[in-house]
Amino acid sequence: MSFKILVPVKRVIDYAAKIRVRPDKLGVETNNVKMSINPFDEIAVEEAVRLKENTIADSVVAVSIGPKESLETIRGSLAMGADAGIHVSASADMQPLGIAKILKKLVEQEKPKLVILGKQAIDDDSNQTAQMLAGLLNWPQATFASKVVVDKASDKVTVTREIDGGLETLEMKLPAIISCDLRLNEPRYAKLQNIMKAKKIVVPTKTPEELGVDVSSKLKIVSVEEPAKRVGGSKVQSVDEVVANLKKHAII
Amino acid sequence: MNIVSPNTLNYIIRNYSTQCLVVAEHDNKNLMASTLNAVTAASKIDGANISVLVAGSKCSSVVDSASKIKGVSTVYHIDHPQLEHGLAESITPVVVGLSNKQSLTHIFSPATNFGKNFIPRVAANLDVSALSEITSIQNGNTFKRPIYAGNAIATVTSDEKVKVGTIRTTAFEKAPADGGSAQKVAIDDWAAKLVDESVQQTGIKWVSQEVVKSERPELTSARVVVSGGRGMKSGDNFKMLEELADTMGGAVGASRAAVDSGFVSNDLQVGQTGKVVAPELYIAVGISGAIQHLAGMKDSKVIVAINKDAEAPIFQVADIGLVDDLFKAVPALTEAIKKAK
Repeated sequence: MSFKILVPVKRVIDYAAKIRVRPDKLGVETNNVKMSINPFDEIAVEEAVRLKENTIADSVVAVSIGPKESLETIRGSLAMGADAGIHVSASADMQPLGIAKILKKLVEQEKPKLVILGKQAIDDDSNQTAQMLAGLLNWPQATFASKVVVDKASDKVTVTREIDGGLETLEMKLPAIISCDLRLNEPRYAKLQNIMKAKKIVVPTKTPEELGVDVSSKLKIVSVEEPAKRVGGSKVQSVDEVVANLKKHAII
Repeated sequence: MNIVSPNTLNYIIRNYSTQCLVVAEHDNKNLMASTLNAVTAASKIDGANISVLVAGSKCSSVVDSASKIKGVSTVYHIDHPQLEHGLAESITPVVVGLSNKQSLTHIFSPATNFGKNFIPRVAANLDVSALSEITSIQNGNTFKRPIYAGNAIATVTSDEKVKVGTIRTTAFEKAPADGGSAQKVAIDDWAAKLVDESVQQTGIKWVSQEVVKSERPELTSARVVVSGGRGMKSGDNFKMLEELADTMGGAVGASRAAVDSGFVSNDLQVGQTGKVVAPELYIAVGISGAIQHLAGMKDSKVIVAINKDAEAPIFQVADIGLVDDLFKAVPALTEAIKKAK
């Protein structure tokens, strides 16, 4: 059986962009804002491509669920070394549960041995999709991975996880779900030649209806607000003034 | 046509029993303080009947501690070797089973690595959406949570039959650890076999753990946090910060830049992708103040920044800013605080 890896990737506001709350207070302004692949997903793609280069995986399929612009995110993943892409057309603000349900269907169709995801998207900061997908499939999960070692002979994967206070190592029977932490690897830059090649790959678009998934959500965003602004304090000239100020705040 | 008058509706809502479960975080010996923050969050829901689940191995002392938390009515407990490490695959079926048996309306756990790991799995198995990092509870179905690294706050309503979420510990006080007398209910009879089944089906195996031992208080609950960034130049220089932290009984943290440069281990990282802290005093040393870092510390009561770059963004949030060479300023500050005490 061939060893396929599925990598879900999300198009989000670039991590360096300053976000603005929309005037209607129902979300964040995304028009004319730089969009990029979610940084954690880039790490997931890199890990999958490395597993292919190390002759562990046979193919890597990048999936993105969202508006048609998500195709750019898939193209970026193809340029990094993914072999194929699947786009599922959906609104940009879908909840992780709906995403996990779509991914479950794709897993049933594609039959990957591993699904590697980012640990969280930097827009909704949910940190849920990998765990939900593992729960829906009843597969083992290793979240916040900082090291992944696949043993093909025994059909097992050993994952080191970042936990509060240190590291933890788990062994999982394949197929399994992994979510990446920042320190798993350093993603490569796509070469121009690979970007050109990636453009030629045909990426099919599916819809949740075709997949038979109900993506309606019982969570509703009522409002989005700016956080309370901190009033930038004053600068002081010396260490003694720092201490005097701390005394004033009754901290020492 | 059925018309429900507003009065009848109020009556129905008032009498609707709210069953709120907090899944305890512990190390089989001690109950983690994060559990107390989650209990306080649960108590924000009017009329909530709060229970706590202690799932672990040889964890009777944790069960005792949990039963003393003020405001908790019942402590469900299960003792099983496969629950020793709190793996998502072993704990999820217990929580899901309890939810179905007790008709839970709310399930919370701290938004630590422990809670983040299994809560979404529980939600998926209950076929409900989850809420991450809840910072405020308006009522039983309205919650606030930060998005975009804390640069926006979303108010979210949930019509799910069970509201499942993680609680940002720094946003809620700790519930009193004493004064309660909850009844203890063992659930091994039905839950143990669910744990066995899940572990067997998923083929998950815990291999090992490397924990960084420290005499200092835990980062997320420390009253004072002294953090270093790229400006520290090396791991050895963090000794300076340790001395300053020890002077005030505080903990040491770091920015992502300091972790990525290999100065300190990543469990010290404060920020969106690390830990979120809200101490009384946060001292940022040699940290520029990238948004990813600010997301992890901007709710601190007083922020002191020491940086030689007067234009560093950290000064925009700092209450007290000192533009100076940290290698001179930090030892001087340690001495000055020692004297001032």
